[in-house]
Amino acid sequence: MTPESATALQKLGHTCVIEAGAGAAAGFDDAKYEEAGVEVVKTAAALWKAADVVAKVRAPNDTEMKKLRDGQTLISFFSPVANEKEMGQAAKKGATVVAMEMIPRISRAQKMDALSSMANIAGYRAVIEAGNNFGRFFTGQITAAGKVPPAKVLVVGAGVAGLAAIGTSTSLGAITYAFDVRPEVAEQVESMGAEFVYLDFEEEQTDGAATGGYASVSSPEFREAQLAKFRELAPEIDIVITTALIPNREAPELWTEDMVAAMKPGSVIVDLAAEKGGNCKLTVMDEKIVTENGVTIIGYTDFPSRMGAQASSLYATNIRHLMTDLTPEKDGVINHNMEDDVIRGATIAHAKEVTFPPPPPKVAAIAAQPKKEAPKELTAEEKAAAEVAAFKAQTKNQVTLLAVGAALVLGIGLIPGMPASFMQHFIVFVLSVFIGFQVIWNVAHSLHTPLMAVTNAISSIIILGALIQIGSSSVLITILGGLGIFMAAVNIFGGFLVTRRMLAMFQKS
Amino acid sequence: MENAFTIAAYVVAAILFILSLGGLSGQESAKRAVWYGIVGMAIAVLATLVGPGSGLWLASLVLIAGGAAVGYQLATKVEMTQMPELVAIMHSLVGLAAVFVGFNADLMINYIAGVYEAQGLVLGTVGEDGLKAIGLPKEVHDGLSTFGQLIAKKSSVEIGILRVELVLGIWIGAVTFTGSVIAYAKLAGSSSKLPFTVDTGAKKLPGGHFLNAGAAALSVLLLIVYLSGGGSWALVLLTLAGLFIGYHLIMGIGGADMPVVVSMLNSYSGWAAAAIGFSLGNDLLIVVGALVGSSGAILSYIMCKAMNRSFVSVILGGFGGPAGEQMAVEGEQIAIEADGVAQALNEADSVIIIPGYGMAVAQAQQAVSELVKKLRAKGKNVRFAIHPVAGRLPGHMNVLLAEAKVPYDIVMEMDEINDDFPDTDVAIVIGSNDIVNPAAQDDPNSPIAGMPVLECWKAKQVFVSKRGQGTGYSGIENPLFFKDNTRMFYGDAKASLDKLLPMID
Repeated sequence: MTPESATALQKLGHTCVIEAGAGAAAGFDDAKYEEAGVEVVKTAAALWKAADVVAKVRAPNDTEMKKLRDGQTLISFFSPVANEKEMGQAAKKGATVVAMEMIPRISRAQKMDALSSMANIAGYRAVIEAGNNFGRFFTGQITAAGKVPPAKVLVVGAGVAGLAAIGTSTSLGAITYAFDVRPEVAEQVESMGAEFVYLDFEEEQTDGAATGGYASVSSPEFREAQLAKFRELAPEIDIVITTALIPNREAPELWTEDMVAAMKPGSVIVDLAAEKGGNCKLTVMDEKIVTENGVTIIGYTDFPSRMGAQASSLYATNIRHLMTDLTPEKDGVINHNMEDDVIRGATIAHAKEVTFPPPPPKVAAIAAQPKKEAPKELTAEEKAAAEVAAFKAQTKNQVTLLAVGAALVLGIGLIPGMPASFMQHFIVFVLSVFIGFQVIWNVAHSLHTPLMAVTNAISSIIILGALIQIGSSSVLITILGGLGIFMAAVNIFGGFLVTRRMLAMFQKS
Repeated sequence: MENAFTIAAYVVAAILFILSLGGLSGQESAKRAVWYGIVGMAIAVLATLVGPGSGLWLASLVLIAGGAAVGYQLATKVEMTQMPELVAIMHSLVGLAAVFVGFNADLMINYIAGVYEAQGLVLGTVGEDGLKAIGLPKEVHDGLSTFGQLIAKKSSVEIGILRVELVLGIWIGAVTFTGSVIAYAKLAGSSSKLPFTVDTGAKKLPGGHFLNAGAAALSVLLLIVYLSGGGSWALVLLTLAGLFIGYHLIMGIGGADMPVVVSMLNSYSGWAAAAIGFSLGNDLLIVVGALVGSSGAILSYIMCKAMNRSFVSVILGGFGGPAGEQMAVEGEQIAIEADGVAQALNEADSVIIIPGYGMAVAQAQQAVSELVKKLRAKGKNVRFAIHPVAGRLPGHMNVLLAEAKVPYDIVMEMDEINDDFPDTDVAIVIGSNDIVNPAAQDDPNSPIAGMPVLECWKAKQVFVSKRGQGTGYSGIENPLFFKDNTRMFYGDAKASLDKLLPMID
């Protein structure tokens, strides 16, 4: 909780309490919280007693598990697979537990997805840590003191952390490459300014959409192709940041010992998968080691803690959004709606029952990728053939239309007793339609409104008919003719004037 | 009519009219082309006035002057955003005039027949020498008006054809008249000056298409009755049927399809004039009617193509039902305030603006123009992307932007600009919806599937200026609003832009 998010929580009708000194590491002192209307309690124990909803970061330890009581809601990271026992305990006590890592990956839940927030920080911090241990500039420079080549950074795994690392690295000026087993992220990688490393490999790739946007296990052949590519890249790369994780599995080994050996001295590897065994087997969790050939391997797992202020404010915002969903009425009453995809997915214990694992969400996280067929490059002959075919089709079309038209005209002419006087007018009519079609196709799209106004004006040519008739000896005819003249005149003047007005407005810059 | 001078004048007028339409191929030549049209019309009217057949020319001139005054008022007072309404209501006048002229022709036929009868003769009898127009004593013949003389000379077959022609003229005129009035009422909405208001949505009487088909069948029946000597009452009923079809047809078409409707009515008014031209034996009427008719038909075709709809389905009213389950739209609409938009615009190098009917409704074109001026002054590449069916009239947006003094060379058509979106930093959608709906491409079950759309979502960032979260005229959900790179800039388009303008530095 930050003072800012506390204010927002109070707007939802909640009252906030915080353990004394909880925000100190992130630079928020107790006075600031009090200012924001938060009650500061001395000890954690008192806090557990006071609060109906307890939000924390790490999974609860044994003493905390004991303090958990019936009806209380705990929001934290929990690792439900590893902490199955605690999960059972919590359920037995009747407490509700919301595990932050279980927030489903759907768009609506992004604002509460703490994993993404933390991954974002980790990706950023990984580059900073790498830079800290890297003896050269990231960006290439030509200085009076000589030329500095730019650093080459390879990011393996373009998830949230990977993309954050790519963004940070490119903005520091390094040449950045990125790889991911999901080819559909190439676009995202390129949008961040990095170059996507394509494998020369033909395989039906698993669509990331099927697995909720996470990578899945790849085939051995694919792995081989991937490692071969990395081996080829290893000697040139200065910094490697690996972020490849597969949910609920050991991290895949992607950066083998021989690749490390092939790297230049002074190179840095940051293994963000260290917690799950590391993408590089040499990684030691939570430590920084230097190999024999001078390659630094960083296996820290506490990147978010290394950026306390940032991590706290992002996590606090995630929690606040979750609370917003838990209190739809904004009246300070928690409404734990198990029908809601997001809340259902994240809840692992509720109403004395273990509710893990959750059913699959009703809404797929990401729309399935339409199978893309690469457009075939047409050869010159094929193009020429297509053109000829198009021309033929056009000719055929035109000839058919002409034949039908001619047949119609001839047919009308052949009707017995059709007077020649009618046919004379008919010829004029057909020719005019023809001219009309020829002329109108060339009218600019932007002038369609003036075209309508002007055709409107000239269709008032019907005034001629009225003019001829008005001189009749019949009063009725005269009146109707007069009305016709009047209306057509309105149209003539109105139409032409408005057209002129419009056209005068069109100006070139 | 048989005056050589009049016919010569008609030829000149016809050529001028053709040039006047042809000149609309470019903005500059169009300014000249309008004058061709005006001169052509003047020649035609004058030639008819001095030619044989016209009488009461003083009264005619007075009526023309009166019409001119009204027309002048209309043309100078109208706001550019009201162009669709104006065009629609003017079509109705042409339609009504065609009905009147057609009726006159029928009255004239009856009158001539009466004259014949008074002489103990039958109109249309072919004489023994095989020549027509027989029998009338010279003084009676000379006593008729020119049009009367024309009819008097016709054989019975010709009279029959004449009747078919005038029925066509009257019928199309009647459809055009009520159709245009309804179109006007729909387009003008609450600002309509008619004594009644019309719901802008698609409405049909119970019975739907059957009513239309029934009225059309009835019309054919009445035509047969009329031709077999049924008398003028059949003609009156036929007109009523036409009026009903025009009313019911357009009532069934929703506001979003108005560009097609207006151009279709434009086409009808032309065909009505051509049909009347046939019945009066006036070639100039035929030529102009055919020109206008084909022009409207082509416009309708272009509009339909731009919506990927068949002409028939538009005319028969409204969208077809969705072919299946539409894709659910996942995500949320993220709102943004003016300062966020301003910041993005200040940083952008290339901007594309996509205006729609909402811009016209909010009268925001001046504010848009201001914005463009400011951005261009900073050396940014600012362009407009115009979808063929943006607005309620073909080319509506172009006219509005021209009015706001946006130079026409930065106003692009869909095909010219669609490929440029991926290289564009910011796309701003102002009051348009369906024409930027990605569902048209992604969702085969969408009612607008296959309609060509402006691919603005390919731009790096999209801002949508919109009143609220509703789905707009067509009622189709727009996934664009839910995309990651889309931000919703809620509020009245003009108010939003006015707020934005001072923040652009």
